[in-house]
This record gives sequence, C-alpha cells and structure tokens, in this order.
Amino acid sequence: MSAMIDPAAAAELLAREIRGDFPDARGRFGPFGGRYVPETLIPALDRLEAGMRRWLKDPDYQADLARELNTWVGRPTPLSHATTLSARWGADIWMKREDLAHTGAHKINSAIGQALLAKRLGAKRVVAETGAGQHGVASAAACARLGLPVTVYMGAVDIERQAPNVGRMKLMGATVKPVTSGDQTLRAAVDEALRDWVSDPNGTYYLLGSAIGPHPYPYLVRELQAIIGREARVQMQAQAGGLPTAVFACVGGGSNAIGMFYPFVADRDVEIHGIEAGGRGPGLGDNAATICFGTPGVLQGAYSLLLHDEHGQIQETHSVSAGLDYPGVGPEHAFLSSIGRVKYGSIGDDEALEALEELSCSEGILPAIETAHAFAAAKRYAATHPGARILIGLSGRGDKDMPTLTRTLLKGKL
Amino acid sequence: MSKSLNIAEAIAAAKSAGRPAIVAFMTAGFPRRATFLETLTRIGSAADVIEIGVPFTDPMADGMTIQRASEAALKDGVTLAWILDELRGAAARPAAPLLLMSYLNPLLRFGFDRLPAAARAAGVSGFIVPDLPNEEGDEFATALKAEGLALVQMVTPVTPRERLEALCRHADGFVYAVTMTGITGRSVDVPDEVLSYLDAVRAASGAPVCAGFGIRNRGQVERLAPHVDGVIVGSALVEVLERGEDPAAFLRELHL
Repeated sequence: MSAMIDPAAAAELLAREIRGDFPDARGRFGPFGGRYVPETLIPALDRLEAGMRRWLKDPDYQADLARELNTWVGRPTPLSHATTLSARWGADIWMKREDLAHTGAHKINSAIGQALLAKRLGAKRVVAETGAGQHGVASAAACARLGLPVTVYMGAVDIERQAPNVGRMKLMGATVKPVTSGDQTLRAAVDEALRDWVSDPNGTYYLLGSAIGPHPYPYLVRELQAIIGREARVQMQAQAGGLPTAVFACVGGGSNAIGMFYPFVADRDVEIHGIEAGGRGPGLGDNAATICFGTPGVLQGAYSLLLHDEHGQIQETHSVSAGLDYPGVGPEHAFLSSIGRVKYGSIGDDEALEALEELSCSEGILPAIETAHAFAAAKRYAATHPGARILIGLSGRGDKDMPTLTRTLLKGKL
Repeated sequence: MSKSLNIAEAIAAAKSAGRPAIVAFMTAGFPRRATFLETLTRIGSAADVIEIGVPFTDPMADGMTIQRASEAALKDGVTLAWILDELRGAAARPAAPLLLMSYLNPLLRFGFDRLPAAARAAGVSGFIVPDLPNEEGDEFATALKAEGLALVQMVTPVTPRERLEALCRHADGFVYAVTMTGITGRSVDVPDEVLSYLDAVRAASGAPVCAGFGIRNRGQVERLAPHVDGVIVGSALVEVLERGEDPAAFLRELHL
C-alpha cells in the first residue's frame, strides 16, 4: 500500500498540485517521479524537456495540434448518456467516448501531439512501445500522417492476444518488432524501446504511450491527454446539468486516467476513482493492481509504486487486459493516491468481462477490456450511491479484444 | 585508508606495470550459483578490478548476453542479500577491489540505511548503478561515502562538455567512460572520435578513466591504451563463461 501522508501535509500537497507546482523542477510529484535513466539518455531528456517547454504552449504548435485533433482525430469526442445502464444501475451514467477518437482509443491524443513535437525537434525516426496495441496503432497513424518512420516494440504475448492491432500497424507502415525477452508484455516492450532509444538518442524520438517513465514524459503525456477531462467537464455541465458526483477511469500506466482526472482535481467535491486490474486475485503475480498492492521503487525511469518482490525484482503481472498488464504506474497516480485525492481500487478479470458484456448489450458499445474495468467499478459504486451522477472514461473500443473474447465470453457461442 | 582509493590504486598498479587495467564484469551466480566464488577467484587471478553484476529483471542498459545471464542467475535464486552473504563468508576474496554493479531497485529495496555497511562487511569497495544519474544520486552517494565506498560515475560520448566536466569533478574510484551510445555487448571498432572523447574525459578527470561497452579483443585494448587507464570487459567475458571456457585465460590475452 502507498504510504499515506498526514492530513495537513496532504492538504498542502493537494493545494500545490492544484496550483500546478507538480512536476517540480526535479520532475517530481511530491516524492514520486524523477529521472532514473542511463547517463546516455540524460542529454536526450534535457533536449526533450527544453523542446517541450519551447513548443507545447507555442501558438503555431497549438494551432497544428488543434487542427489535427479536430479534423483528423475527430475531437471533441461526444459525451453519451448511458440511458439503459442508468435505469439498470439506478444512477445517472455518462460516458466520455474516447472509443470514438480516431484509431479507437485515447492514445491518439498523445501520439499526434508527440509526433508533432518530434517533427519540430528534428527527429529522424520514432520508436514506441505498446501493450494492447492501441498506442502502437496510434503511433503508426500519427507517424504515417506526418511522414515519420516508426518502429513499435510489442511483447510476443501481446502480439498474440491483440493480433488485429498488429495488422493495422503494419498497414500504416510501422515496423513491429516482437519482444521475446522478459515477460513478453508491455514492461518488456518498454525495456526494449529504451534500449533502442539509448542506441541513437540524438536521431530518435521515443514516443512513450503512457504517463510513465522518466521526467518529462509523465507531464508531457498528462498535458496531451488532459483534453479528455477538459472536454468532459464542460460537456457534463452542458448536458448532465452539473459536475459529476464521481469520475471513474481504468489505470494501467495511467494515461487515460490522468487525462480524465487532472482537470477535476481542483473540484474537491468530485470523487475520483482509478480502477486497476485485479486479475485473478490479490496475490503477487495474480494481478496488475500496482497502487492497491504495490510498494515504492524505481522502474523504467521513475520512482513510483511497483509490484516487486522483497529483493526488488519486478514481478510478472496478470490481467485479461493487455493494456493494464503492467507492474508499475505513472508517478502522478502514486502521488494522488498518497495524498488521498484519488481513490484506487481494482476489478478482477471475470467482473470486467461481465461489465463488457453488459455495456455491449445495453448501450450497443463494445468497449476495450481495459475500459470495462472502470464500468464494473462504477456499477458497484452506483449500488451504494443511488442516484449519483457518474462520469466514466470510455477509453477505447474493444474490436482489438476479439481474440480474447472469442476464448472467453464467446466460448462455445460462435 | 579509503576503499575508493583502493580502486584507484589497483588501476595505478596496472599502469605502472605498463598496461591498462582490466576491469572484469561477471554476473553474480552465472553460469552457476554453486560456483560463484570459484568463478570470482578465477577472474580475480587475471583482473585488476572486478564488477559483480547483481541480476535484475529489467536490465535496460544491457544487451542480450547480460540479459540472458541475469535471467539465468535470477532463476537460480541469486539475490543481492545472497551475494553479500557469500562474499562476507568467503574463505578468501580476490585481491582485486570488488564493485557491485546493480540497477537501482534491488539496492533501494535492500535499503540505503543498511546497504553500505553490509557491502563494506562483504569487502565491496563501491557501486556502479546504471540507472542512477548524478542528479538522483546524492542520497546513495552520501550513504556510501560514510562507509568509505565509491559510487562510480558513468559518462558517454553524447554527454555535453560542461556536464562531462562537472561529472568528472565528482568522480569517485574511476570514471566509467561508455565508448558508444547503446547497450552493452555490441562490438565496436573504436573510431577516432571515441579516442578524442576519451582524451577529453581524461583531461577533465582527476580519477582514472576506464572505457567500457563493446570491448572484446586485444586489438581494441591496444588502440584504447594510450587514451585510458583501464578497460572494462563485460559481455565478452560473460560469453566466455557461458561457453564454459576459462575466464582467466581470456582476460590474460587482454594484458598488454
């Protein structure tokens, strides 16, 4: 469990988070974050940080990004009322439809933003990692759009369970490199992307997909994903008549969740819930619920919470969803948990699949298995908070999960 | 006498014998846990400084060879605590100073409060931590210094000049000059710009300078010799161990 900070200190840290003090000059959110990378990458991260500060708020960059988001990604994404689910659950359920963003998930928000940055920084090629394949597809699309060659590292296990996405990446001209080392999932893919980047830190841009890794990535990804929460906040006021009682999003590395949560952090009356993958149960190795069950440590460039053994060796994780199957978590989530602003819980494989089925047949939306974790948790919340106005981040669509769903929910039904 | 002085002295001793020091890297407990101390002794008979690699699940700066060795050692149950126990209990340790090379997380988990004393009791002279850049290293460096242990700094060909000079000023034990961008294990033919980079490192550093990454043969050592105080041999030595050959014979070929 994350160490809880005393209430006065937590209130002070929350006030600083709301003021925008984090990450601080050392890339920290409270104690979490930082930059734990080989010396070879330090100049590359310095350049990235300087380039980010130069361009992120630049009017030309902002205009390019806004145009791509509006006319190519399809933003703003709608806020849909879940009419049937609201009736079934006895609450007022709203869904932020990132599944309707181009390429089918929120990942494109950061991919196009970073690809535009990579161009301005003069990158000759891009590398990316992917778990569920959504970030790989988004990176492939953004790089095709901007004429940048991209190599995507993907664990061999994920290549098998997310096969449709591999074909999509290849069609858009990406080179997909299977990773057969380590756990052959997202963590191994990040390790391999880092190894590639360290080999050519001057010419290569690492397009990191989640709000993880060394500073400034957690900040950069948050800034590019916060459009989710900013839009949803305005849409809730316009369509739902006010801010939500509670916001839910699924958390693997935590990019869609931080994008949804950050604009609501200052709304102290809005409860925020991050939902991790509970997998098969609470035992080490049976889940990927890093905040629920992890302890502090350093993995892949940041000090955050981790699932590791008593010797500091990173544990293999389990989740039915490739996108949540990761033993670390973004440092800002570890921070928001430590100060009590966001509550983190977990949902197991079976309950997530049930929620996926319920959403599919009641609203006509097949969500990603990752996303279904947030719906299952919202359903539980509705049961104890009748009438609550609930906003759920519908982070991605589930087409990519057909191989897994064929083996599980559809077994014997096809 | 400071332990970190021992490292510099061992390198100086090789130098006065007219050759660059050989810094040999082995993954602890590889190829077999049962022969750890035996392997260490064999390597110690032909190396001036020994780096003992603590296996880690996510060795992001390492190539396939060391990844493989690390994975095998972990499967065999090798841990930092076990390594320290073995070293402390060894009937005899090599005369060559011992460094532990570890990614940060196993060290953090062991605890910065206990680790320096435990390492010193095990005869360890210092640490190399590839994912702990200078900006994040103060706490550990201070804890090590209290026990007279060194935290070896790495520099690379892409390190900007000003930073290089600042890092070299703080150097402890020796400066680990990475010869190329990239991961361990890939062979390089030592282009001229690497030699001038090494000269710059040496000019900036009060501590000895050892070059590492991709060093596999005597020809490379000969070419590097006028520009460095020592060479670090890692993946090539691990491959020798993997093939079941004699590590000492391999290392002696690198003695000029």
